[in-house]
Amino acid sequence: MLALPVLWLGVVYVGSLLALLVQSFFSIDEFTGVIQYEFTLKTYLELLRPSNLDIIIRTVTMATVVTVAAVVIAFPIAYYATRYARGKWKAFFYIAVMMPLWSSYLVKVYAWKLILAKEGIINWIFIKMHLTSVLEFLLAVPVIGGNSLSVSYIGTCLVFLYVWLPFMILPIQAALERVPSNVIEASYDLGATPRQTFFRVIFPLAMPGVIAGSIFTFSLTLGDYIIPQIVGSSRLFLGQAVYLHQGTAGNIPLAAAFSVVPIFIMGCYLWLAKRAGAFDAI
Amino acid sequence: MQSSAKTGASIGLKFSVLAGLLFLHLPVLLIFLYAFTTEEKSYQFPPPGLTFKWLAVTWGRQDVWEALGLSLKVASIAAIIGVLLGALCAAAISRSRFFGREVISLLVILPIALPGIVTGIALRSAFSLAEIPFSFWTIILGHATFCVVVVYNNAIARFRRTHGSLIEASMDLGANSFQTLRYVILPNIATALVAGGMLAFALSFDEVIVTTFTSGQQTTLPIWMLEELVRPRQRPVTNVVAMVVVLVTFLPILGAYYLIREDESDRNTR
Repeated sequence: MLALPVLWLGVVYVGSLLALLVQSFFSIDEFTGVIQYEFTLKTYLELLRPSNLDIIIRTVTMATVVTVAAVVIAFPIAYYATRYARGKWKAFFYIAVMMPLWSSYLVKVYAWKLILAKEGIINWIFIKMHLTSVLEFLLAVPVIGGNSLSVSYIGTCLVFLYVWLPFMILPIQAALERVPSNVIEASYDLGATPRQTFFRVIFPLAMPGVIAGSIFTFSLTLGDYIIPQIVGSSRLFLGQAVYLHQGTAGNIPLAAAFSVVPIFIMGCYLWLAKRAGAFDAI
Repeated sequence: MQSSAKTGASIGLKFSVLAGLLFLHLPVLLIFLYAFTTEEKSYQFPPPGLTFKWLAVTWGRQDVWEALGLSLKVASIAAIIGVLLGALCAAAISRSRFFGREVISLLVILPIALPGIVTGIALRSAFSLAEIPFSFWTIILGHATFCVVVVYNNAIARFRRTHGSLIEASMDLGANSFQTLRYVILPNIATALVAGGMLAFALSFDEVIVTTFTSGQQTTLPIWMLEELVRPRQRPVTNVVAMVVVLVTFLPILGAYYLIREDESDRNTR
């Protein structure tokens, strides 16, 4: 019974992954551009070049910022949906999170292109509220700013945050639902204030959910090459580097080595998450 | 939890929930407005005027129809493969404990835990190593891989809810394995499979990251949209296509919700 799916995933998927990993140990001849099928670590050393290292650091930083912001926005929604929403409202919250989760990724990115454009709605709101100077000030900040929102890291970060947010809400909610109510009552009976109950009892128990959600937001940000291409500056992210090297540059070994970076990071992350028991919350 | 729920949520919590929900939903709604704008050259807000003209223009576009047709075909077949393999996998994992069970459940999670670009480039380099030319089936190969995961997740939730004693009873009452499957197991998991299939359909219909690596010269609807996003040439048509994509994916998602809400509420009260 298992043979078929295992064959599919095992052969097609893992087989392809291994084929990719193998290629990262090959190298490319810098003059002829021909791939040399000999074992070498040269390609991995290339990752440590300042320009390539920058790409990795930039992507990991972005993934971290997006993940933290997602937790901040997701937690209140998940918390409210678990503790206060009942009956019809519960269904409402469920659909309100599921719809954006499953709706089209490209349409969501496209919507943000409309929103962040110079002639778009955000600029319009700032103008109507006579706050254009605030926006200009934000965009003048080095590194994260830019000519307009759609070519700045602020824009990239907003789109990432928007697209991955549901992936954070659902696991947190699943974890919160599993906090037994008698534990919370016990906390109150023992004289804890609501704030203490939240930070000492509820939040630690919801932690597996937060970790599970962060697996998604982190992994998805690490591998995405479309969002930074459409909304953002011309500086590359990991996914874009992989895409460029395998495509126009034809440097499959370096592309393979680049794609080992997210695999490695996610591997460490998953291992830590498993130890924290986060898999039960997915 | 009931006792504390009576006290109600604080204003700050309510405000952040409302803001979060608006953040989640307003952007997509904006698409519906832009589909009717008279502005052709920019993303001007507010739209200078509204028109139905672009619906008609998009209707007459051959390239859009072809892309839509290919996407529908890919999504249907990938979803069907996903249902078959996902159901088998879930049945095996939930029914028995065997050596390597953990490995297999990790194997199923892997395609969603690893970035899509890794899946995409891995498949592409495998195709080139094996000298498989790009075709309709290379797209299916990529899509079915994550469709399996989606169906598996839905099916395993239902299997957990279905009691093993039900199957034992069926066997005790003299049904053979096929009859048990046909009259006991299938009716129990059918809606979960249909829901999983619908979600897989929506996911595949919308997939672009893996598709760019496995499609070659073929254009699915998401690939068509991506080209427009990178180099906008016909903004009004893109606006209408975006709206159509929202509507096409909306129905299966809502349908899936109605079929699996009991699993979800069950999961939530556990």
